[in-house]
Amino acid sequence: MNPAMNVGAAPVATPWFFYGLAAAAVISGLLVITRRNAVHSALALIITLLSVAGLYLMLYAPFVAGVQIIVYAGGIMVLFLFVIMLVSIERASKERQFNRIWPVGLVASCALLALFLSAFAKGKALLPDRMMQLPESTNTQQIAAMLYGDAGKMGQYTFTFEIASLLLLVAILGAVIMTKKKI
Amino acid sequence: MLNYITSYLGSPVTPGQAGNQLWALIYVLIIFAGVSVVVMAMNWLERKALAHFQIRLGPMRVGPHGLLQPIADALKLMLKEDIIPSEADQFVFWVAPLIGLLAAFTVYTVIPFGPSQAVSDMNIGILFMLGVSSLGVLGIVTAGWASNSHYPLIGALRSSAQMVSYEVAMGLAVVSAILMTSLNATGTGTLSMIGIVQAQQQQGIWFLFKFFPLGFIAFIIFAIAMVAETNRAPFDLAEAESELTAGFHTEYSGLRWSLFMLAEYAAMIAVSAIAVTLWLGGWMRPFPNLLNAPVWEFIFSLFPALTFAALAGFALIGTVRMPSHSFFKIQRIGLGVFALLLAFIALVLLLIAIVGHNSDNSIAARTREGIDYIYWFMLKVSIFMYLFIWYRATWPRYRFDQLMRVGWKVMLPISLGVLIVTAIVGVVVK
Repeated sequence: MNPAMNVGAAPVATPWFFYGLAAAAVISGLLVITRRNAVHSALALIITLLSVAGLYLMLYAPFVAGVQIIVYAGGIMVLFLFVIMLVSIERASKERQFNRIWPVGLVASCALLALFLSAFAKGKALLPDRMMQLPESTNTQQIAAMLYGDAGKMGQYTFTFEIASLLLLVAILGAVIMTKKKI
Repeated sequence: MLNYITSYLGSPVTPGQAGNQLWALIYVLIIFAGVSVVVMAMNWLERKALAHFQIRLGPMRVGPHGLLQPIADALKLMLKEDIIPSEADQFVFWVAPLIGLLAAFTVYTVIPFGPSQAVSDMNIGILFMLGVSSLGVLGIVTAGWASNSHYPLIGALRSSAQMVSYEVAMGLAVVSAILMTSLNATGTGTLSMIGIVQAQQQQGIWFLFKFFPLGFIAFIIFAIAMVAETNRAPFDLAEAESELTAGFHTEYSGLRWSLFMLAEYAAMIAVSAIAVTLWLGGWMRPFPNLLNAPVWEFIFSLFPALTFAALAGFALIGTVRMPSHSFFKIQRIGLGVFALLLAFIALVLLLIAIVGHNSDNSIAARTREGIDYIYWFMLKVSIFMYLFIWYRATWPRYRFDQLMRVGWKVMLPISLGVLIVTAIVGVVVK
């Protein structure tokens, strides 16, 4: 064995990475809803999405992390910013929030918190006691096998995946039809 | 210590895979310094080449043939006052250039300069590169918005629309190249940058020529889309100087402005590296399986030394042809020393090539191999960098509606068609 290869063989993804990423996700998530300036909110949302991508990486799911960055942070958020930038920030930030839905929001978030707490308290026996060591090097290939199946067999999720893509196609066509007056 | 370093030269994997943080950090620093130097050289070359395209001289005064011009420019930009407009969004204005810079430099972690000459090899290499480089547009968009001024905002809007449109065609072209990696015995493809080059090595063909003309069309689509992605002429609508003053960076000055330039050139090198990796065989030398005799191996390994020798020769000619006025004395000495330095590098490379070829000394052999890999990769990338300059000198800027029409109505259908046909041909061939 090469001596240079032995140094620092311990995994880099320590719990501290999780704490850091989780804190970044939570803090920037709070900033999203507390900033009055919509562009600041959007930028905070990008940080949230990137931290979540980092968490996926920690869970040995690099493909999901990559898709998270490419679709959400790189694609959808650019479109968000594109629209938000056209709004007059000064006028929008002075306007009073006209919808009064915060009681509903409070109830919903409390329910979600209760769900998480109960899952943490009661589900401890159901969940595995340590993180699964998945082979990171074949993550993409495993996802492909699940979605499309290998060697002539239909995959576990082929049908669901195709239905979901059909749904997206309908959404795209709907958007085109809504914007065009005559086709 | 020496033993440690030499033991690493024999490592068959990247520091990222070996889990060696120290070497990964050294690689990162080397790449960062190297890219910064290349960007400065590129700055000089672009100005000189553009000038010669237009029958001008370009920078001539600072150093012989303006060779020290980039250093003078960098010094000027660092000393210049850093103005933040009073109406600007201070924090976003401050952070915008850093976003672009971070996105541009992060992708270098997976660029394979050789089979083990990369910071790391990721299972999702190409996906990571496309994703992170698409974050670069956020820097432009936030810069344009934070300036709180009309021209930058229009530039930012144009840039975001352009990026989103061309990313689609670019992604589809990349997927058709990735499909080709699966045409092996196991039938499993790969997204890893090193794996893609190794797939070309195993199949004995660059993906540019695979299923001719399918690979070639996909490559052309990517080559067009990558110019649009980096906001370079003829797609530089985000900074169209005749319409928008300077586009998204109108309000920036000094060091912050230079960070935008650094990010732009770093992103250009990064997308060129993607194109080289996917279609041009990455680090492989030309004809590795046709001309595979040891003598050919040796001849091709002389190329790095010959390149530096040629550069030294050019510098020497410049020294000899310098006017013999006492005014040029310092310049002449400086250029002469530069020529000697280049000649020395050429000599060292020649020595490594000969020693690495003849002896069975594994360290010398591996060093020679590493130099070859890096040399061929850089040579292919530099062809693209020259093309970027050539485009800029040759083509007029697109109008925005033309840009959108080309992106959505020409490039997208073609890349989709190429993807489908590649998939069909791949299944039939198998």
